[in-house]
Parts: sequence; C-alpha cells; structure tokens
Amino acid sequence: MTGYVLRRVLLGVAQVLLVMAAVFFLTEALPGDAAVTIAGDNPDPAIIELLREQLGLDEPAWQRLGGWLLGALHGDFGHSLVGPRAVVDIIGSAMGPTLLLAGLTLALLVPLSVVLGMLGAHREGGRIDRLITSGTLGLYSAPEFAMGVLVVTVFAVQLGWFPPTAVGSAGLLANPAVLVLPVFVLLLRPICSLSRLVRAGMIDAQRAEYVRHVRRLGLAPARVRFAHALPNAIAPAVQQLARTTDWLIGGVIVIEAIFVVPGLGTTLVEAVSARDLPVVQGLAVVLAGTTVLVNLAADIAARALAPASEVGR
Amino acid sequence: MHESGPARGLSRRGFLGLTAAGSVAVLAGCAGRAGVAAVGPPRPGGRLRAAFSGGGAAEVLDPHETDLYIEIARAKALYEKLADYGSDMSPQPRLAERWEASQDLLAWRITLRQAAFHDGRPVRAGDVLASYARIVEPSSSRRAKASLSMIDLPGSRAIDDRTVEFRLKRPYAEFPNALATLGAYIIPEGTTDFGRPVGSGPFRFVSFAPGRNFVAARNPDYWEGTPHLDELEIVVTNDEAARVNALLGGQVEYAHDLAPTSARTHENTGRVRVHRLPLSNFHGLVMKTDRPPFDRPELRQAMFHLVNRDELVRSVLQGSGQLCNDVYGKGYRYYADALPQRTQDLDRARALIKQAGAEGLTIDLDTSGTSTGLKEAALAISDQARQAGLNLNVRLGNKDTYWSDIAKNGVMASYRSGAMPLESHISQRLLTTSTTNNTKWQRPEFDALYQEAQSTADDARREQLYFQMQDQLYREGGFLWWGVSDWIVASAPNVGGIDDRAPANTVDWARYDKVWLA
Repeated sequence: MTGYVLRRVLLGVAQVLLVMAAVFFLTEALPGDAAVTIAGDNPDPAIIELLREQLGLDEPAWQRLGGWLLGALHGDFGHSLVGPRAVVDIIGSAMGPTLLLAGLTLALLVPLSVVLGMLGAHREGGRIDRLITSGTLGLYSAPEFAMGVLVVTVFAVQLGWFPPTAVGSAGLLANPAVLVLPVFVLLLRPICSLSRLVRAGMIDAQRAEYVRHVRRLGLAPARVRFAHALPNAIAPAVQQLARTTDWLIGGVIVIEAIFVVPGLGTTLVEAVSARDLPVVQGLAVVLAGTTVLVNLAADIAARALAPASEVGR
Repeated sequence: MHESGPARGLSRRGFLGLTAAGSVAVLAGCAGRAGVAAVGPPRPGGRLRAAFSGGGAAEVLDPHETDLYIEIARAKALYEKLADYGSDMSPQPRLAERWEASQDLLAWRITLRQAAFHDGRPVRAGDVLASYARIVEPSSSRRAKASLSMIDLPGSRAIDDRTVEFRLKRPYAEFPNALATLGAYIIPEGTTDFGRPVGSGPFRFVSFAPGRNFVAARNPDYWEGTPHLDELEIVVTNDEAARVNALLGGQVEYAHDLAPTSARTHENTGRVRVHRLPLSNFHGLVMKTDRPPFDRPELRQAMFHLVNRDELVRSVLQGSGQLCNDVYGKGYRYYADALPQRTQDLDRARALIKQAGAEGLTIDLDTSGTSTGLKEAALAISDQARQAGLNLNVRLGNKDTYWSDIAKNGVMASYRSGAMPLESHISQRLLTTSTTNNTKWQRPEFDALYQEAQSTADDARREQLYFQMQDQLYREGGFLWWGVSDWIVASAPNVGGIDDRAPANTVDWARYDKVWLA
C-alpha cells in the first residue's frame, strides 16, 4: 500500500506539472496578451508596447514559464498582470465561496445518494425503485445552466422563497438562504449518477455469494445490508464521487455565473479573458492539484473498502 | 471585459443640444413610468445597492486607472474632476469654478472651487498639478494621458492655492474637454496607495472587495450639498440576467446596463422602473480608407446608400435607440444637424458599386461578440449589401482582442463608441497623428481644419469649421454611424432622482448623490 501511495503521489506531481505547462502554452496560443486586453477598446500601439515592456511580456514564453515555475517552487506565485494584487491573494479570496459551495454539495450528496440508492435496491423493480429511476434519469439529462435559470425564475423571482443571487457584502455564511438554490442545482446531476451506482452496487452485492452466506448465518437483514453489502457496493461509487469532484469544478463555473458567486470559476473565466497568465497558472495548480488529490484519496478508500475487487491498480 | 468605450459624459441642462433626442428621451421616460407609481419626495437615509458588471479580481480603486463603467461609477462617488460633460457633451465646471483662456489660447487659468478632501484638507492647486503629473508620467499607460499630454506641465504653475495656470503646447480652444476626460480625477498630492482612497467626492470610502463589492458613506461636507443616501454599495454582477434577477428579488435597487428585451419584459409589471438614457452608445462600421477596396470613395458611398438604418435600429437596437446619419455625435455640441438624413437607396448603391469596379466583389466584414450588437449588425448589414450585389463575408473575431485586431488588420469592421465630445472623437480617431485611427483617415487638409477650430476663440467660426469637417466625413469618410442606442438602467420603484436624460458616463449618469430611497 505504501509503495502504491508513493507511486501515485509522484505521478500526481508530474500530472500537475504537465497541466501547468499545457495551460501556459494554451493560454499563450490564444490571440493577444494581457497588454492588448488592458488597452481594450483604446489600442494605442505605443501604450501596448509600453505595457508589454512593463509586464515583461516581451521575454520569450519559455523564459516566462521557467521564471514562474521557479517562483512557484519557493511558494511565490507572482502577481496578476492586470492589477497590483498577488496571485495567492486573488486565489485565496476566491477559494472560500467555491469551497463552501463544493463542500456543502458533497456533504449532502453522499448521504442522499446512498439513501436513494439503497431505497431503490431494497425492492428491485418495485414502485419506489421505478419512481427513483425515472426521476434521476430525467434530471440527469438537464444541463446545469438550464436548471439554474429555471430554478431562479420559479423559486426566487416568482415565488420569492429564496434570494435569486448571492450579491452583496455579507458573505455567503452570513446569509445561508443564498446558498439553497445554487447547492440544489449543483446536487441534481451528481445525485442521479451516484445513487444509480449505489443501487447497482447494492443489487450486485445482495446477490453475491458472501452476502448470501451471512444471510444464511441468520444475521438481521438490516445488519447484512449495512455492514456487509454496503461497503462493497459503494466502492465504485466512491470512485465516481472523485470524478464528481472534478465535474463539480466545471459545474461551479456555470453556477457561479448564474448566482453571482465570486469564486474560482468566475476568477478563472476572467483571468483567461484578460490573458492574466500568472492567475491562470495559479488556478491551474489549485484545480489540477485538487483533482489529483481527490482521485488518489478515492482510489485508496476504494481499495480499503473492497480489497478483494482489486480496484485502483 | 472592457465594456466601456472611451465614453464620456452629460448633465441636467440636457436640453441644450438635444433636438429630436430630447423629446424621445421624455417619451421613453414616460413609458418607463407607465407601470410604476410616482416616487415620493426626496428624503435622507438608506443604502442604495447598485449592480454593475465588473472588472474581476484585479480591480483597483485608483481613479486614474478607470476604464469600465463600474470603475467610473466608483471613482465618481469618491473623486471629482475639474470638469465633466453636460448633456450636449459640453464641459461643465466641477472642481473648477471657472476657467479663462489667454488671447492665444495657449494659457488657461483655472479657479478652483472651495472644496475639501475627505480627510479635511482643502483641494489645492498643487493637488491638481500632482494629479495630472501622475497621469502623464512616462511609465504611465493611463487612459487620460493622451488628452492631458498637450499640457506643458513644467511650464504650468500654481498661482495660489485656488488658482492653476496651465501652459499648453499648442492652442486648444476646447481645453476644458481635457479637464473632463475619462480618468482625469484630482487626488491629494503625494497619494501612492489606494487601499483607503481619499477624494473630494460626495461619498467617503468604507470598504472594498475587488470583483465583489464597494461601500461608501455620504460625505456631509460635500461642496454641492449632502447626499440623500446614507450609504452607497456597488456590487459586481457580470451576468445581465443575474442583475435583473437581483433587482426583482430586492437584493439591489439599481441595475446598470440591461438588454432591451429585459427592459420590455419588466417595465410594465410595476416591479421595476426602466430608464433609457439616450445618445449613449453609437453603432457603426469602420472602413479603412488607405487600402483596397475602400480606398475608392465610391465604394464607401455605396455602403452609405445601401444600409437600411431603420431596419438596423429596429432589429439590432430593438427600438431602444435612434437613427444616425453616418456622422458621429448626434445631439452633441457642434453636431451637423443640417446634413440631410440618408435613407436606403439601392439603385444609387448599385451605380456606385459599378463605378468603384466592385461588382460581385467579396469583402470581409470583421465583427465579434465583444460588445452587444456588433455581431447582429454585421449579419444584418451583410444581408442588406447582398440586395445591392455586394458580398460581405462576416468573420467572427476573438472578443478579448477585437479592438486591437481591427485597428491593425482587415478592411471593414463593426464598431461602437460611447459618448464623447466631437472634438475628442476627431482628435482620437480622425487626425493623421491619432492613436486609434481605425479608418486610416489621414488628410492634412482635414487636420488643418481641426487645428484652426482649436486656434480660434470665435465660437461661430468654430461651428463653421466643425460643419466643414463633418460634411467631408459625411460625403466620403470611413465611418458609417447608422444608429445610437439608449443605455438602459433599471431601478426599484422607490428610487428617485435618477436622471433619464444623462447618457452613460456623463456628469448626471450614476450620480448617486442626487438619488434617494422614497
């Protein structure tokens, strides 16, 4: 296990470095640079040249990437090109709202999916199972932005039950009501995929030889379900949960725009648009690092849950 | 990200230059009030929350770096300029109480108003000189630099605490335009840090979170009188639909920059009050006059005659705007009203295309989604051109780099401009030395007309010269301005004091010291 973890960590570091290089050169490949976007609709060539010089954009790309990487190794992620703030500061202030949204979503997602999946698996093909299946399939096919707009229109603008956006100074935690709709929309799709996985896993596990065996030993049905079937059943779901986390990052960008949450998604879109390379790079590290870590944790957890099934090799 | 053009300002004396526009604005104002009861009388108190689209996590409160509408709104709450633009784009005195020019228009004496910064220090001549010096310093890429660079700062001086004498590098009859230019704010001498900004404006700084929100409190010592509002909060909301939702949901009381469709949907529900600020955003085409095919004046004239402006105002501006006549600055001071309004004349356009030898020619028309209406206008104009036998191939460019791309490349592109005086439009875009001369209009005789207009103290003569310049552009220029749209702002029904006739970026636009919550 230790060897496996070490291998995976090294691989993760390599993956993050690769992502950073890819992101850097992809952003470089976009037309224009920060000097051009700062000049905006007043593209005086002399001003653009001056800005390029001041921002060090006249140095070759590999040199700028190298310089940035060297800084990053010392924990210095540099400064934004379009403003005076440090990258760490920008990402730090954007991290809170996104973590809150993603964290709340995940915290609700796991129990809800397990409950729904077990309910469905309890009587395969029964009325509850059919209801859950048709419901989850239907919701899964609705994209976030459509759901977001719909939910705001109905529950916020028409009915006035919840605030339509999260604008304002109070911060998200000061006014929990603003979190209801965004988290609700973020939950919808992953709940569908996860609960279906849990259901399938449970159905397979209940048919498995070892479960039948403990049943024959006369253990209580509930005990059989929770202590013996469930751990094996949720191993694939845990790995799917990790993929969900990656996906959450994408979903969060859309949700942040609709609900006006100043998080990582908004910051990323703006930084790419402004060709603010240091900020884009910093975000790439955060997002790639998160993805690598979450997947690693999921694979380790899956191995621990179901050592026999040889997952994550 | 860059939503604002080098757009500038208007005032309550908006009737001066507004011919047809005035009545249109009044009508629009009435329409906006159809679904909402009248606002109660002014009363002090409350916090107004205003939603704008913003500049992201890199935003700063340095007023000399203002570029976007939200930055201007924040800057004008905290700071002031010596002058700002009235409704006909003529400069109105602000921190300057008055100005007088020497006979040769090379020296200008500015008398400052008795005003104080938020820390109690008086606004002095030294602050003015230091502010301008900071804007034009060699390492600066600030927007106001171009307008202020004609001041000979080393030769300018403070005569006393309330009198500045500016020496100019050349005669400049409309020098007060430069004082009103975007970003030319007066900051206390020696300011280097804008973490807790100190200005002389109607509101004092309270707090700021870049990309999120800005809070300011009323300045009881403001020279023009204490604002009604206790506090002003400006929140960042990039998505137009989210701004509307926040307004409908009671999270904000003022939403800036709405689409005409949103305005129509909500204006008669009684839930919001819609304000259509006229003459705010000019829409047009640029044709590069220095290269084929538009180096042929006949082909530019063909474009003038084949465009159906009515249809563009109806479809692209969705009725929230009015026709233009190919010349910039409808409704502004010195605008050539006497030029006959052009209408679509396909026969004449076909004849001109033939004269230009451009029959069956395919021409690239560049556009992008960088600003509302650019793309829609390009597609509609391309359809109209087909009726005259000209193929315009619409090319969709990158929205982040569009302005810089079309400055250098291509032959024809969609274009827009915010409000500015005619003088600024000409000096920035139509002189041989202009930095953003997108039509490549470089004509010594035209330059000479501009120089003469700036060298005469005689208003009537200047008016004549402006007419000559515009007449030339009308006949064969590279700009085709087909319309000017309203800037749409919506407010909660209980918000009073919003000026319905102030184009975006003028003195009475986003003027929260005049606003109250009934």
